[in-house]
Amino acid sequence: MKRNRLIALSSAALLTLTMAGSALPAFAAAPAKSDLQIFSWWTGVASSKALKSLMTIYEHQYKGSTVTNDAVAGGAGSNAKAVLAGRMEAGNPPGTFQVHAGGGSLLSWVQAGDMKPLNALYKSEGWYKVFPRSLLNLMTFNGKIYGVPVDMQRANVLWYNPTIFKKYHLTAPKTFPQFFHDAAVLKSHGITPLELANHGNWEATLLFSDVLLGTVGPVKYDQLLTGHASWNIPGVKAAANTFVRMLGYANKDYTALHWQQADQAVAQGKAAMNVMGDWAQGYFSTALHLKPGVGFGWAATPQTHGVFGAVSDVFGLPSKLKNDTPTINFLKVLGSKVGQDTFNPLKGTFSPRLDSNMAKYNAYSRSAMMSYKRDRLVLIIGQGAVNPGFTNNFNNAMEIFVSNHNVNNFVSAIVSAAQSNPLS
Amino acid sequence: MKTATELNAKSIPKMPASKRKKFSWDMFSSVATLIPSLILLGVFVYGFIGWTTYVSFSQWNSLIPNFNSAGFLNYSIIFSSYRFQSDLRNIVVFTAFFIIACLIVGLFLALLIDQKIKAEGFFRSIFLFPMAISFVVTGVVWSWILNPSTGVNLILKAFGWKSLPSWFLSTTIWPNWPFGQIQIGIPVALLAVLIAAVWQMSGFAMAVYLAGLRGISDEIKEAARIDGSGVFRMFFSIILPQLRGTTTTIIIILTAASLKIFGLIYAMTGPGQQFLTDMPSLNMFQTTFQGDQFAQGAAIAIVLLLMIAIFIVPYLIVTLRQGDDA
Repeated sequence: MKRNRLIALSSAALLTLTMAGSALPAFAAAPAKSDLQIFSWWTGVASSKALKSLMTIYEHQYKGSTVTNDAVAGGAGSNAKAVLAGRMEAGNPPGTFQVHAGGGSLLSWVQAGDMKPLNALYKSEGWYKVFPRSLLNLMTFNGKIYGVPVDMQRANVLWYNPTIFKKYHLTAPKTFPQFFHDAAVLKSHGITPLELANHGNWEATLLFSDVLLGTVGPVKYDQLLTGHASWNIPGVKAAANTFVRMLGYANKDYTALHWQQADQAVAQGKAAMNVMGDWAQGYFSTALHLKPGVGFGWAATPQTHGVFGAVSDVFGLPSKLKNDTPTINFLKVLGSKVGQDTFNPLKGTFSPRLDSNMAKYNAYSRSAMMSYKRDRLVLIIGQGAVNPGFTNNFNNAMEIFVSNHNVNNFVSAIVSAAQSNPLS
Repeated sequence: MKTATELNAKSIPKMPASKRKKFSWDMFSSVATLIPSLILLGVFVYGFIGWTTYVSFSQWNSLIPNFNSAGFLNYSIIFSSYRFQSDLRNIVVFTAFFIIACLIVGLFLALLIDQKIKAEGFFRSIFLFPMAISFVVTGVVWSWILNPSTGVNLILKAFGWKSLPSWFLSTTIWPNWPFGQIQIGIPVALLAVLIAAVWQMSGFAMAVYLAGLRGISDEIKEAARIDGSGVFRMFFSIILPQLRGTTTTIIIILTAASLKIFGLIYAMTGPGQQFLTDMPSLNMFQTTFQGDQFAQGAAIAIVLLLMIAIFIVPYLIVTLRQGDDA
């Protein structure tokens, strides 16, 4: 009886406390211990080290301000996206957050009214001159610019084993016929011509994007991604057929592999080629200690010379912040020359600024920077290029296509994905 | 704090030594004890079920909330998709095999342990330990073991096997009857996932069965033995019928676990080739948080909830009725 009374009292007390608590703003909002929260999915060794270096510069330049690293691990950013959606929906956005440049999530946030334009910041920092127009176009909607790019990665790269290629007197394929010629030679010598990893399913999507880009060319490719051309055009079908032919030269256990394992097979000489973004470069040189050009070789994927498949992490200004100043100050550091030339070498990417210090980067990055400054930029499906609904439906279609090779079903699935998730 | 002290102050001084007053204090204390959990349950379980249902009938399929009614559109989209049709096939096959295998393995282990063996506690722990491991760990480990090019196949190869199984990479469906967009049958890839799931959960079935076996009175067994029944007769006519209640409990709990399965699949195979190892829970997560198609994700969640309810509600009704009888 006495114990009952105690339990009843304490639970009633707890209840009143919670109710009173939720009414107080201090309880409702996240603990506001620091000035600025930076939200990302950079939890790997290299990327978290790189992010930390940026935070150190910021805290040094703006004395007395503090930053917290709100990184969410896992799922190539999908877990982070889920957490971010919850916070934005609750009106409690982080100070700034990682998002890919392009018409994907960034545009979705802009359309939802969750982002503020940064034109004034670009003007005051002189950034219109230091970033190429082609990159800024990917973050500009209705004349307003919504993000500051911090790094640049290339997603149309064919990685190959130089020793194998030399042994069989081959050169990196520039066209699809050359690719199939090389592949036939390699296969006859018992080497897997193309190593594919598709555990996350975005890898096959990336390969297909590059094949599509090489087949229809950058102009048509851009029109497809922006809803200005129909996915019913013959070029899409032709790309799908080439893709199926390429899979005939690939390993069969791709569903079980992560991209690092595919690149490892290339490095060890079990396979000759792999198509992956240039985050693979960081894996080759840092994890496997290979020298660019000696331990691993690279070329643009077939028929995409003169085109740069851009994947850039950008940070923006959420519109529901109580105080914009810390975020704007951090974005200034993020876009600065010193900030980017500290961040990128640590992360294994390169700075999107035209005036970045090339001496700080290795041979691969320098060659990618040359292409970036000279070539046309395009976006890659599954890497922030198009709206998440289309991307998800596209990935679902790819999951079926990659194993049943039914071109007609695949194309009609994409056409209907584009209808239910309009791209323009 | 205010409410509690006020109520407290009111009830204490007015309390005479009558029976009625004592009863009301009991009522108050039990209600006050229950209220917090009732409110939490109401908001965080039933409130959100209601909210999810509402969203599943809306047009909210991007980051911009749009609560205009879409009728049953989201349901018709998911039911006509290749992926969700595969999910339904997979979950039915998976649940059926999972439960049958867990029951058989669990009962077999329980019978072995019930033989008054030495170090019983040791063996009991060994069989129960897999359950203490997270599904994610199980998934990663078994994906290595069953990887066709590096795992257990290397051992089979060393023994001279010619046609090695491709485990969860198999694209075979047996018997492969076309239905809608998909093929109906048992996806072989799913059997590899089943091995991992049964490995993890059969220990649970064993523990429950062991408790059931210990509950069978020795007198019945003794009587049967005196009547001259052999081991098999004893098992099928005496022990098995006595374990009916136990079996029902295991089936219900495992069904709920099986329908909700996520971590194991996510870590071990992902959706798999042609969605042969995909599950509704995985589809829901990707549709909602990678595709931002919130209304369609909500529709998948509601279908999943209804499927679980079909199994759980009859069980709850039966248990509650038994509780009344007692």
